[in-house]
Amino acid sequence: MSSPAAAAPRAPAAGAEPSGPRPLPLRCRLCGAPADAAPVATCERCLGPLEPAYDPARRLPSRAEIEGRPRSIWRYAEWLPLLGPPEVSLDTGFTPLLDAPALARALGVRRALVKNDAVSHPTLSFKDRVVAVALNAARGFRLDTVGCASTGNLANAVAAHAARAGLAAWIFVPEDLEIGKIVGTAVYGPRLVRVRGTYDDVNRLCAQVADRFGWGLVNLNLRGYYAEGSKTMAHEIAEQLGWRLPDAVVAPMAGGSLLTKLDKGFREFRDAGLVDGTLPRLYGAQAAGCSPIVRLVERGGDAIEPVVPRTIARSIAIGNPADGRFAARAIRATGGGAAAVEDEELVAGIRLLAETTGVFTETAGGVTVAAALKLARAGTLRPSDELVVCITGNGLKTVEAVRPSLPEAPVIAAKLREVAALVSCGA
Amino acid sequence: MSVTLRLPTVLARAAGGKTVHEASGATVGEVVADLAARHPELGTRLRDAKGDPYPYVIFYLDDEDIRFAKGFATPVADGAEIVVVPAIAGG
Repeated sequence: MSSPAAAAPRAPAAGAEPSGPRPLPLRCRLCGAPADAAPVATCERCLGPLEPAYDPARRLPSRAEIEGRPRSIWRYAEWLPLLGPPEVSLDTGFTPLLDAPALARALGVRRALVKNDAVSHPTLSFKDRVVAVALNAARGFRLDTVGCASTGNLANAVAAHAARAGLAAWIFVPEDLEIGKIVGTAVYGPRLVRVRGTYDDVNRLCAQVADRFGWGLVNLNLRGYYAEGSKTMAHEIAEQLGWRLPDAVVAPMAGGSLLTKLDKGFREFRDAGLVDGTLPRLYGAQAAGCSPIVRLVERGGDAIEPVVPRTIARSIAIGNPADGRFAARAIRATGGGAAAVEDEELVAGIRLLAETTGVFTETAGGVTVAAALKLARAGTLRPSDELVVCITGNGLKTVEAVRPSLPEAPVIAAKLREVAALVSCGA
Repeated sequence: MSVTLRLPTVLARAAGGKTVHEASGATVGEVVADLAARHPELGTRLRDAKGDPYPYVIFYLDDEDIRFAKGFATPVADGAEIVVVPAIAGG
């Protein structure tokens, strides 16, 4: 693994001057103040979050036009914050929406579908969506170095997409991250830095790093662009359902951005006339050892009370969620809810999903399935519901979480009688 | 107590163009009040109408989030460092 000490940002390869699409100008979500297109995420006037300012008069595509485009997030380009065609990460998105009747029976809902970003390209998590957008924005801003603060999946995605784009990458993660996520980042050749502390410590450090070095940290100063990529999960769900909205969606919550953007994505398609009907009820899932957004939903109000994470679900262990208040608002606005589950429940959730759908998810997915089960048993999810379960990451990245719960496989000699013995004893 | 207070670049314009300031006070709140007295526009971005921490910034005293201590009532030691970070980051 590389030491950060001697590193210097790499310039783009000779003759490969980055061009890239043109990022949209920005507007403050709180006070509405406009801001120029820039790698800046915070409103100078009120410190609220900056979001891309889409031209409300822009021409939007029909269902047929969208269906004729390549199967990637870019088929929804009119709702992404870039003008001009993307140049990198063209194959990200359009993951399967899997019908899951056995899971539906286990949950007691009419129909369950799995939005399977465990097979997202190229790094097997939904973070490919946001990073694909952020890296094209970085090229548009002529940045030569990108980076992130990450709990793992984002680190994988930034490292891989930066390698493809020929950009240098500085990636900061908590020291105790799962080995699969460390290896799955380092292999792409970024400057990977492990920080003593929690994700929230890493995040605080990276806020200062972004300010100091002028890099494009995707979830800090490029956040306004980056976060919009999550909307494509909602866009795909609506299209893959045959241009319909489901009754309910359950998704994991870390910083809270995904849930907020799912809500925005569904609203965008309804406003564009691509779907009609009631917006889905949104349900958020967290681990009990790090559930500040669930607590906010239960408590009411608008202020997150930060916590120190204590859970094996490291990919969603953010004790100070930046979009927590906005996620809580989306949950309330859609009539949804939230649930927190213990670590043992999330492991059971991983196994339930695998055994009923053939999808192996990481800890965050286990949290999501376990929370869905909890909400269904509480009667919050209804028997008549068509439910989409958002699976955001791949189980091969966190095998250590589930391995202790699995039975030991018997070891035998290559003899038929030993197999017969296993069969006869039902092993 | 003399304390160093580091602001994000986005707040520099409201603070005389500087991101690093020296200020004094016995608590984080007093240090912020001292700086706000010199830069009133900055004060509205560090404190809300009730005088509590502004909801879109986070204050770290020597790398510790003051919400895990006593908020603005958290005592500061001479030579301490307060870092202000926009709350909209990460995740």
